[in-house]
Amino acid sequence: MFLGRVVGRVWASVKNPGLTGQRMLIVQPLDANLASAGKQLICADAAGAGAGELIYWVRGREASFPFTEADVASDATIVGIVDEVHTGKQEAQS
Amino acid sequence: MLIAEVVGDLSATQKHASHEGLKLLLVQPLNLDGSPRGNPYVAVDSVNAGIGNTVLLTTDGFAAFTSVGQSMTPIDAAVIGVIDSIEFAAEPQPGPPPEPAPKRSPARPRSSAQKSRH
Amino acid sequence: MTLGRVVGTIVATRKDPRLEGYKLLIVRAVTPDGKEEPGYVVAVDTVSAGNRELVITVSGSSARMAEGCKDKPVDCVIVGIVDGLSLD
Repeated sequence: MFLGRVVGRVWASVKNPGLTGQRMLIVQPLDANLASAGKQLICADAAGAGAGELIYWVRGREASFPFTEADVASDATIVGIVDEVHTGKQEAQS
Repeated sequence: MLIAEVVGDLSATQKHASHEGLKLLLVQPLNLDGSPRGNPYVAVDSVNAGIGNTVLLTTDGFAAFTSVGQSMTPIDAAVIGVIDSIEFAAEPQPGPPPEPAPKRSPARPRSSAQKSRH
Repeated sequence: MTLGRVVGTIVATRKDPRLEGYKLLIVRAVTPDGKEEPGYVVAVDTVSAGNRELVITVSGSSARMAEGCKDKPVDCVIVGIVDGLSLD
């Protein structure tokens, strides 16, 4: 899993049937200091995340596991909303 | 599997049900010289590692979720070992003299792993 | 499967119980003409490979198809030691 921040949302009316009803959010991956690191991507949302929230997301085949009953074709999914991060150096609040 | 350093931990209330009760760590994969390699992972902890530990990180889904007793859950990274020591093979020396090459030690001291272990 | 060279060894006492008794080696990818590529993986050794040996690794879920690795938390396995290699 990786840290990220929700920076936007995508709407698509024509999509794979498995994605029907799925919220799709734009996520900016972050490094350990919560600074932007890497390219933004679109994640399905299994945690009820909202705009600007600090989240963690899962990539790969495991990204479809939150939705096993529905077979969602997702390769990146938000699985948790981060309350706090503690690092050796400083403490970062979401 | 990768060599990584635990750089932090994090808490989340609202998360996938399969993550309940699991410790989440922020781990930075390392290159062999100890420099950071890419972005840090959020990984579940199966060996009770702590900040500063040098650890074995798996980024394979099956390996990760089975290490914490789950199956088919959205977990793609787990800390599955605490590294005690790393030994590098001697580089082959070009040409003579054919004396045994001294062991190459890691550029970054690995003492942090021992320091934070009890 | 990829070619690699064993460049180091890892010792970890505290680890997933399913990894007990397995040797963990650091493997650096090499091109077929023997050049070492950047990056490395930590692989489980099933063939008693030695330092600086040229080996074949299997990664991903297929790694668990290797003998002795079924249902183990393993994502890269050394499955062979290269005796010789020829390029056209």
